[in-house]
This record gives sequence, structure tokens and C-alpha cells, in this order.
Amino acid sequence: MTEPPSLGRDDVAHVAQLARLALGEDELETFTNQLARVIEHARDVAALDVEGVPPTTHALPVRNVLREDDPRPGLDHEEVLAGAPSTEDGRFKVPRIVGEAP
Amino acid sequence: MIPAAAESALDVAGAVRRGERTARSVTETALEMIAAREPELHAFLHVAADEARAAADSIDDALRAGRDPGPLAGVPVALKDNLCTRGIPTTCASKILEGWRPPYDATVVVRLRDAGAVVVGKTNLDEFAMGSSTENSCQGPTCHPMDPTRVPGGSSGGSAAAVGAGLVPLALGSDTGGSVRQPAALCGTVGMKPTYGLVSRYGLVAFASSLDQIGPLAGSVADAALLLEVIAGHDPLDSTSLDHPVPQVSRSIDAGVDRMRVGLVDELVDDTAPDVARRIREAAEELAQAGALVEEVAVPEMRLGLSAYYLIAPAEASSNLARYDGVRYGLRVEAPDVAAMNTATRTAGFGPEVKRRIMLGTYALSAGYYDAYYGKAQRARTLIVRAFDRAYERFDVLLGATAPSTAFAIGERTADPLAMYMSDVCTIPSNLAGHPAMSVPFGTGDDGLPVGVQILAPALGEERMFQVAAALERAAGARWR
Repeated sequence: MTEPPSLGRDDVAHVAQLARLALGEDELETFTNQLARVIEHARDVAALDVEGVPPTTHALPVRNVLREDDPRPGLDHEEVLAGAPSTEDGRFKVPRIVGEAP
Repeated sequence: MIPAAAESALDVAGAVRRGERTARSVTETALEMIAAREPELHAFLHVAADEARAAADSIDDALRAGRDPGPLAGVPVALKDNLCTRGIPTTCASKILEGWRPPYDATVVVRLRDAGAVVVGKTNLDEFAMGSSTENSCQGPTCHPMDPTRVPGGSSGGSAAAVGAGLVPLALGSDTGGSVRQPAALCGTVGMKPTYGLVSRYGLVAFASSLDQIGPLAGSVADAALLLEVIAGHDPLDSTSLDHPVPQVSRSIDAGVDRMRVGLVDELVDDTAPDVARRIREAAEELAQAGALVEEVAVPEMRLGLSAYYLIAPAEASSNLARYDGVRYGLRVEAPDVAAMNTATRTAGFGPEVKRRIMLGTYALSAGYYDAYYGKAQRARTLIVRAFDRAYERFDVLLGATAPSTAFAIGERTADPLAMYMSDVCTIPSNLAGHPAMSVPFGTGDDGLPVGVQILAPALGEERMFQVAAALERAAGARWR
């Protein structure tokens, strides 16, 4: 059985980027130390021999649920947009996604 | 000293329904008490005084017109601020949702209003319910109602402190790894996590969807039963909602515990402070004296719960919190392109604990680590479920501590996340199994602060759980009257 992987500074920098979080040098250091301790503790689980044990995603059986396909009112358009940081013409407005600036 | 219990919800609703008091006068009293204690406690993030008065007046109008407002007529209720309330700020104690007013009500909020309850405000929590002390709130911590230098527990610390201080008879919290039961224990109130799927989560801001449940906090077992019966039941708006009759918990509380098979779980006693462990053993003795068949039982798989939980819950959170991207609600920090805007918004909007959990979850799910951590955690979860199943072949309910210690000092565990996570060690197994569990106050520790005894039951075993809870409440009442 191979040793469970440990967590280092490069891992934290990588997952921060994946999760769209920017970290300063000091934060990177602190978070690495803290998260490494949690992962270290998790070795009790990572080291388990669970050959043949199925994973549990939900403790109680869940199945897909469909409702009748009958029209009903949705959320109030204005009220939903009122909570957004930026809107235009009844839509959410975001900065440029692709291409050159105009 | 334990503060005098607030008036019970049952008494308030009874007096309002009989016309002896108006809902408006009850509401004004609650608002006055909140105003008096808030500077010290900081249990609330938002007091909805105008909305509460309007709701109370409409209940009084209904009564004058001869209509019954329902079983919670005029009862002031506080809501954890991760429950959506239409037009009333809902922030999850996060800067990223500051000022957001949801366009809809959570199903539990609709059910409370339909039962005649008066929502008086939104309570403080650890940001996005991630924490065990309410210190991770972007608005600062809530203080323990009996000692302002201590934490009230968490993450539903505001709700527990509000009930513990007698400001409201009832509150709602959410429990992903113990976030209702642990603060209830620390603040000397009753707190319960229902069976997964028993209470609709529509309108509960998602943290870890395979674990989250909304649960009641109350000053007594009977009040918790009343509140559970109001909020439980099938809801087509939540695809994980169980289509099952609501357990009749109010009826079961006087049934006693004669011949009830109670397993005192070694791990939920041995892994706690000596003063807590002593109380839990006393609670078991009380049940035996009341006719229960009490035996000790080892469930060593429970010790895998902490690690499994702190991989599974962050993994689910990292996915659920991807929606806070500066587009549809809350904070946006402007930047020239959308990816930079997402990063700037999330970096400014999330606090350190939320960032830790998102990164931990992203790590556990990422290529190369998935099998070693997330996959193993899910299989450990299976082992825990099986261990519970074996235990429930021999026992009707299990018993242990709710929290490993009484309320700890503010600041004591903030520098060491793992030490903070240990606060959840007794409560996590029930979440992983989807089972109900509840905490009932049972005396105090050496520091004079409350100890909670935890009753665990199999899925949909709420009735027997409340039977035992009520017996322990009676025993505690007789001992420390």
C-alpha cells in the first residue's frame, strides 16, 4: 500500500488558482501549514484498507425526482436582478469574457 | 448560573390563541429584550422589527376575525442567517453576500409563518456555517449568554445564544457536522438534527448538500418537538425531501423509557473532558433508573468520522461555493475580464476559514488525490453507516456527549483549525449516516457552564429519540431544580 500523498506549498498555490482565490506569500505559508495538519490527520482514513467497500455519496437512498410539466410562475424578474451587482436590459452584466477589448 | 428559561413557546402560543395576550405585545417584549442584550451578546445580524410587528398585527387581526393563526401563534422565532427570507437581508455572515435580499422565502420560513410564528430576526453564524464557535463571522463573534469571554459554539451560535439568553423561545439553525447540537449543548438549550430529508432545505444556503439539515433550537424538549412538527414534511421544491409521514414527536415525549435499549457509546464518552464524561455517565444512570436497559458499546468506526467529514464536507462546499462569482448576487470587485473579476471578488469576499475549506475540498477532489482522500472518505463513510446499523440491531438509541468540552474561550482555537474541528468529533457521525440526533442540557461542567447529552437514533427514529430526550430533561430537572 502506497503512502498517502502529503500537502505542500505548491499544492495550495495550485488549488487556490483552481478555486479562483488569490493568496499573498504570507497567506500561502499559513494556509499550507494549517491544511497540511488537516491532511496529516486524514491519514487515518487515507490509510484504511477499504478493498471491496462501496463509497457512500448519500447516506439515505436518493433518486431523481421529476415534477409534473405544468407551467407555474418563477421568481420575480426584477426582484432577482435587484440582488445582482450589475445588470443591463433585464440581464446580468459581466466584464469581457473573450476577445480583445473594443 | 444558568439563566431563567424564557417563556415556553407552548405557553406563549396558548396565551395568544386564548386571547389572553396579543401577538403584538409578545413581539414588543421580545424586541425589547433583544435590544437590551444585543450590545453584549451580538446574537443577531439583523433584527427585522418592522416585519415582526406587521406579522404580529396580522396574527392579532386573524384572531379578532375568529381564525386560528396556528400552533405557533405569536411565538417569536429567530432564524440562522443562512435561511432565505424574502426582502430581509440574508448574508451567511459573509462579505460576499453583504446586503443581499433574497427574492424568495425558504420553505421552513413559509411553514413558520403559516403556523403563526413571528420572525424577529436573523442570527449570527460562522461564515457559510463553517465553524464551531461563531468566530468565523465577518461581523465578529457572538458571546456566550452566561459568560461573554466564551464562545456560544457554532456554527448556529447566534440562534443558540438567542434561545439560551431567553430572547426568543425558538430558533432555527442548520446542522452539517453538529452546527445545531454543539452550540445548543454549549448554551444550555435543546437542539436537534432531523433525519436527512425530513425537513426541506429549499432556501437553505447550501454548504455540504449530502449532510446539511435544518433543525430546531428550543428551551425545552416539548418546544423543540412543536417546532419540528411545524417545519418537517415533504416538499416538492427539495429533491432530497423524504415523502414520509412526520414523526409524532410531541405525542411521544411522555411515553417514558421503560425497556428502551440504550447504548452508551464508549467513544462519545472517552473522547471528552472528564467533567463532561462524568455527566454523560450520570445521564445514562438516570435512564437506567427510569427503566431503560443501558449497556456500554464500542463503535470504533466513529473515530473515522472527523477525517471523513473534513474531506467530504469541504469537497461538497468547494462545489457549492463556486456560485459566488460576482455575477448574480452580492459583492463584485471589478476587474478587466471575467476570470480576474471572479478571483478578485472571491478573494475579497470570503474569510479565511471559507478559503481553507474551499482549498481543502478542491485538493481532496483534484487529480492525483481524489482516490487517496475523497474516495477513501466516502468508503469510510460506508464503514460508519455499517457500524451504526450493527449498533442499532442491539439498541433503540445511542447515548454520548454532544461536545467534548463546555464552552471554550473566545480566541482559544482560532489559530489552530484542527483543534477547532475537534469540537465536532461527537456530532459528525450522525451527519455522515443521515441519522437524527439531539442534545439536551444535563447539568454543568466544573466551570459551571452547561453540558449537553446527545441522543442518537436511526433514520426516522425521532419519536424514540424524543422519548429519551424528555426523560433526561425530567431527570435533569429533578436533580438541579
